Amino acid sequence: MDNLSLFIAIPAAVAFLIPIVSHRLKWFPDVSSSVITFILFLFSLETLNHQCIYQMGGWPAPIGIIFVLDGFSSMMLIIVNLIGFMACLFSVDYMEKIYTSKLRYYSLLLLVITGMNGVILTGDLFNMFIFLEIALIASYALVGFGCGSKDLEASFKYLVINMIATYFIFLGIALLYGRFATLNMAHIVTSIQQYGTDSVVIFAFVLFFVGFGTKAAIVPFHAWVPDAYTAAPAPVSALLAGGIIKSLGIYVLMRLTYNIFGMSQVIANLFVYFGIASIIIGALMALGQWNFKRLLAYHSISHMGYIILGFGLGSPLGILGGVFHLFNHSLFKSLLFFNSGSVEYETGNLNLRKLGRLSEKMPVTSVSSLIAFFSTSGIPPFNGFWSKLIIIIAAIQAGRPFSALWVVIGSILTLAYFAKIQRYVFFGNGDEFDESQVKDIKEVPSLMRVSLIILAVLCTIGGLLAIGGVNGVFGPVVNALAGGTNQYIGEVFGK
Amino acid sequence: MVYTLCFILFVIGLYGVTCKKNIVKIILGFLIMEYSVNLFLILLGWRKNGVVPIVEPDTVMEYFKTMSVDPLPQAMVLISIVTGLGTLILMVALAIRLYQRYGTFDITEMNRLKK
Repeated sequence: MDNLSLFIAIPAAVAFLIPIVSHRLKWFPDVSSSVITFILFLFSLETLNHQCIYQMGGWPAPIGIIFVLDGFSSMMLIIVNLIGFMACLFSVDYMEKIYTSKLRYYSLLLLVITGMNGVILTGDLFNMFIFLEIALIASYALVGFGCGSKDLEASFKYLVINMIATYFIFLGIALLYGRFATLNMAHIVTSIQQYGTDSVVIFAFVLFFVGFGTKAAIVPFHAWVPDAYTAAPAPVSALLAGGIIKSLGIYVLMRLTYNIFGMSQVIANLFVYFGIASIIIGALMALGQWNFKRLLAYHSISHMGYIILGFGLGSPLGILGGVFHLFNHSLFKSLLFFNSGSVEYETGNLNLRKLGRLSEKMPVTSVSSLIAFFSTSGIPPFNGFWSKLIIIIAAIQAGRPFSALWVVIGSILTLAYFAKIQRYVFFGNGDEFDESQVKDIKEVPSLMRVSLIILAVLCTIGGLLAIGGVNGVFGPVVNALAGGTNQYIGEVFGK
Repeated sequence: MVYTLCFILFVIGLYGVTCKKNIVKIILGFLIMEYSVNLFLILLGWRKNGVVPIVEPDTVMEYFKTMSVDPLPQAMVLISIVTGLGTLILMVALAIRLYQRYGTFDITEMNRLKK
């Protein structure tokens, strides 16, 4: 899989093909988007343990735009395309019942996947900004897709906060260009090594931290998350939580800190403190929520804290914990959003007070949400336990026992608010629950069930990926980040 | 000095976005922010009495090296204007739909999500 441009070309081409063809062929949007995302997923699996560079138009590195594939980007490609495939499968029946225009929906969804693949692969700052805009503009439209007053309000809020962040990033890119007269990321690294870190570079890093921190939903910048997740259609929420905030936020932030600006003690402290704040504030806010999806949104903020904390520890074990938790979180978080989508599909309602007793009526949804619940709150055989354990061990090894304590407290709070979901939605019932509502409820259609079951199985066996530790499955990822700036220059310029 | 003015323009735009309550003023704030960054990029490549960055057979290379204008920021600004246009259209479309639903442009009255 040396032709990395296919990751951008295929979804973009199909995204624009769908509106042209679908007026004649009604089945085309459903089938084509699922098939295309599945093909992309297979391609991304093929990039595993593989390193290469794709030069756009054959122009070599510092002059032309290049795509860089290493362990970290390969893992992100697998996550994004897997979640995209699951979201497409889930959308077939979900969008049919709740929303109207499938054609526009799939078009926008594929554009989001295009943008995310581009951000993950590119080795050029300005090109990254363009792909960022592609993914974000499509996702603004997807969040407000229902066109109800609440959807539009959430979409506008999401748009305003993220546009400010985008212009911060743009200003940072302009500053770096003004300082070093280059946009290639590896070339910027060599320039920083040559001229040293001065105030312009530090200011640019601060702008990047605020900009990508907003997209990664770290705590002081998290205000858009609850509204956008609540208003968006469930597959889009899953894609937002499992793909967008990870590929546009965490991935770029980590690439910039580890491979371009270089990790330092100050940045490590920054990540650890912001991570702890996200864990605790996200978990406390989630406890008080009565809307299923809003609760999941705060849960997402809390878990982004774990990931940032893991990366901020700086040691290879900490990076492994962060990467592994990132992988696990995208699995169980999408599963939880699909569960909320199934509940909404059958009952038309997401208020925990009005729901109840769904465990007998919807066994697949109930069991899969139970698996996601165990895995997210860290019950041993499931994947979430292992990544949290690795983060805790890494925190203690790095001489930050209090961070480890906060991780444990956050984990207990997670257990509490997921017990609340299980109690009010699946096993018990809420205060305003009406028995007559659940009489004719049945399990969701088969395609939705398939995506729930696949993700639940992955959550159950995902813990096996931890075997081997820093040299195991995630070894290339840890190497790509822990190698620091010199490793990245070596990858790009082949020294 | 000119760069400082660009930053002042950026901060004015940021003020407009964060402190104004009318949606149209927020959109104008975004435009100011975008144009300030575009202006900054253009000024980075600009040179007084600069020459076109194309090498011809009779070009004096020493003069060319010191006086040629950097063409890359201009290409970047073109792309940024296009993406800015896309976002602007989306923002205006959202503003129109919001006006239809709420009957006002005031964002403090759009609080149905919290209820």
